[in-house]
Amino acid sequence: MSYVAICMFLMFLTTYLIRVIPISFVRRKLENEWIKDFLYYIPFCVLSAMTFPDVLYSTSATGSEPHISISAAVATAVAIIMAWRKRGLVAVAIVAVLVAIAVELLLPYLP
Amino acid sequence: MNEFIRGIKRGFPICLGYIPVSFTFGLIAVKMGFTPAQATIISLTNMASAGQFAGIRLIEGGAPYIELIITTFVINLRYFLMSLSLSQKVAPDMPFYKRAVMAYCITDEVFALSAMEPDEVSFPFFGGLMLTPILGWTSGTLLGAVASGLLSPMVQGCMGIALYCMFIAIIIPPARKSRKVALAVVVAAGLSCIFKYVPGINALSKVGGGGWSIITAAILGAAICASIKEVKRHHRAAMAASERRDA
Repeated sequence: MSYVAICMFLMFLTTYLIRVIPISFVRRKLENEWIKDFLYYIPFCVLSAMTFPDVLYSTSATGSEPHISISAAVATAVAIIMAWRKRGLVAVAIVAVLVAIAVELLLPYLP
Repeated sequence: MNEFIRGIKRGFPICLGYIPVSFTFGLIAVKMGFTPAQATIISLTNMASAGQFAGIRLIEGGAPYIELIITTFVINLRYFLMSLSLSQKVAPDMPFYKRAVMAYCITDEVFALSAMEPDEVSFPFFGGLMLTPILGWTSGTLLGAVASGLLSPMVQGCMGIALYCMFIAIIIPPARKSRKVALAVVVAAGLSCIFKYVPGINALSKVGGGGWSIITAAILGAAICASIKEVKRHHRAAMAASERRDA
């Protein structure tokens, strides 16, 4: 097998094992209140930690070094306002991309 | 069957959101020298955004197998916590094969939506929930791989924000409803920033493709919020006890 094929298999195996082990082997309901609360907060904390501050770097042109950009900051603000007003995931994601593109296009013309 | 249809309806917005993100993955993978088929297979077998981006960067650089395994492990370690959390939301007697199927699609978004279910998560519901996101993730990758070169690097770059804005759209509405969730979001974001910017501590974000700093920020954030709740619980219990004594 080629290097790339082996790597692809290793990525799959590692990712799948991480996901399959807890759900398959933890079969009883946890009683500890602290652990239950901890697991309740995990999705929010993971998504928040992944988003901030990395979102500010996320519109860097492909091939360039990731950097904080105005387009990302403006698009993030728009996304937060839209999410606050309970707009759906898709609307938020698409509008944010369009806003980022618009800001990138406008930037050269601003003083 | 109803549960399955309900799952599909809940999952469909994730599918649409995945298309621009996986499109970007396809574009980048082909630019790095992967074939469209390879890029699509990576998406189909991993269903993992950040882990895949990091993985192809390492493969392109010819990294040793062990480095690839460790980086993939660290970036995807959050799925371990999500899988553990999901184990509490399924029926205790659910057979192994159903759990093994569900495990394949524990992604950030699919997990978040299943975690917000008020009741137990059934196998048909989760099956419906994961179906269209898998299709969206793989077909988006293929489209991006084939369309590579049609879009300017600026537009390609801007599409990178789609993933994060999906995260924002998932966490903000519950944070608005619950002050505890809002606190969790703010604490985790603050810790994540500390791990990235504070000199010395930021060494954490420079290894494992940023995976360590995310997992540490998330674990600390959730632990802090759970502990605050624990303290309040004790406080309430103590108050109730003293009121009983007074009465």
